[in-house]
Amino acid sequence: MHVAHLSLTDFRSYPGVELALDPGVTAFVGPNGQGKTNLVEALGYVATHASHRVATDAPLVRHGAPRAVIRSMIVKDDRRALIELELNPGKANRARVNRSPVSRARDALGLLRTVLFAPEDLALVKGDPAERRRFMDDLLVARHPRFAGVRADYDRVLKQRNALLRTGVLARPGKRRSARRAEDEAGFAEAGAGDVQSTLAVWDSHLVRHGAELLSARLDLVDELRPLVAKAYATLAPSSDAVQLEYSSTALGTTREDLADQLLAALAEARKSELERGITLVGPHRDDLQLSLGELPARGYASHGESWSFALALRLAAYDLLRADGGDPVLILDDVFAELDTQRRRRLAEMVAPAEQVLITAAVPADVPGELIGVRFDVTEGSVTRV
Amino acid sequence: MYEGVVQNLIDELGLLPGVGPKSAQRIAFHLLAADPAEVKRLAHALLEVKEKVRFCRVCGNVAAEQDCRICRDPRRDPQVICVVEESKDVIAIEKTREFRGRYHVLGGAISPIDGVGPDDLRIRELMTRLADGAVTELILATDPNLEGEATATYLARLVKPMGLRVTRLASGLPVGGDLEYADEVTLGRAFEGRRLLDV
Repeated sequence: MHVAHLSLTDFRSYPGVELALDPGVTAFVGPNGQGKTNLVEALGYVATHASHRVATDAPLVRHGAPRAVIRSMIVKDDRRALIELELNPGKANRARVNRSPVSRARDALGLLRTVLFAPEDLALVKGDPAERRRFMDDLLVARHPRFAGVRADYDRVLKQRNALLRTGVLARPGKRRSARRAEDEAGFAEAGAGDVQSTLAVWDSHLVRHGAELLSARLDLVDELRPLVAKAYATLAPSSDAVQLEYSSTALGTTREDLADQLLAALAEARKSELERGITLVGPHRDDLQLSLGELPARGYASHGESWSFALALRLAAYDLLRADGGDPVLILDDVFAELDTQRRRRLAEMVAPAEQVLITAAVPADVPGELIGVRFDVTEGSVTRV
Repeated sequence: MYEGVVQNLIDELGLLPGVGPKSAQRIAFHLLAADPAEVKRLAHALLEVKEKVRFCRVCGNVAAEQDCRICRDPRRDPQVICVVEESKDVIAIEKTREFRGRYHVLGGAISPIDGVGPDDLRIRELMTRLADGAVTELILATDPNLEGEATATYLARLVKPMGLRVTRLASGLPVGGDLEYADEVTLGRAFEGRRLLDV
């Protein structure tokens, strides 16, 4: 697929901009702070309904404007889809597909697929486990939108369970009771700690059910990613040690039932410390995707260049997976070449060049390797002009 | 801000569910312009509902007397109890005219975030009703969300030793709808709960 047209209204620094885009390689070149990344960030938003740079939508709306609008024309197998997104910070976003409104904005997800490489990706290797969990879960959702629901359910159960554990910790101070209940409160004093325990068993079973579903999907995903990441890394950095991916969790198994049983057993074992600390200590929200180079963990041991290559290899593997599912995703390389040496630049360029559409941002034209010479736009002070 | 009493009214109306500040203002000015007798009737109805309406001592449904209409009706099957979260759920099920048993209104669902535990719900009253063994089936009709499911699981575990039939309402596709319009979660549930077509 490719993006044929992008139009922004009050998005980031742009009061208004219209861009006609072609398949193949397009580079946005201009000094820092001129709005190159804002353009590709908008396309990333159309694909995922989230920005790769900020967690909330408010910074995406131009200062002083009430809302931002992103319009994009997507072409896939000669079929065209016009996706319009209206960003209302603090309120629900609205979406229209081919001029007709959809009831929920998330129904417009999945029409555009992108794989975005950005300097922020370094956190995949150097950052907290949460970054890697998000990488896995985002990829799961991109491949199977159903997982957006699984993930939301799991988070909700987790919140409820943590709230319950905290009431156990705080020994239930001044609980809210309706007047009707207060009347027959006498003779019903066996509430208290026992009550927390018995309800906990219920939340355990729900945590385990949703957790096992998420966990088993992640384990399958890592199995699929492993060879692809190794191949991509070996191509980017042939002289470096081989990379390894290992999912680390309290439960590892092949079937969902097996995983659920293990999670339940682990919960029982952690019960005492959970009640002491008031948080859920077992489940996919505590897991990690361990990355290693040769024998050593990448986090802490890998050099800057190696970390970068590892992060790129993860994204390239995600791209391979999405492409294998059908529909060539749009590749976005946001400011990635500046961090790589000439050889790695060239190898990355060779790997991405066959994609249907590649969008690149770079501060200096010389950063873009020769293999990726295509259409060029100059971006200065919010104006975008084709060269 | 308006003069004291008007603003008071707007503030009070704004506390009602589904009424925002704009709607509260609209209702307040509608009442100001309305016929005094009409406003009196409304005020009377408001007071009366608090004074006269009670909760059925058996099932917890709203009732005008000690027991509600359904619990008093001898034609209703005393062997089946349908457990719901709120009185309005009773109305919804009654509209179907499919259910001829009795109800039990819990008064909510288990939700630790909101500070609601099992002992804040009418679960003890339910256990009392089940104690004499006259009830043979318990239908769990709590909402099909996480909290409702958790409440259903809790009840199912609690009554398991009693050996009665415990059922849960099916969740799945809406009748008369198109398959393609169902969201993934609903469709997934419908797959899980599919049944053998007996012909």
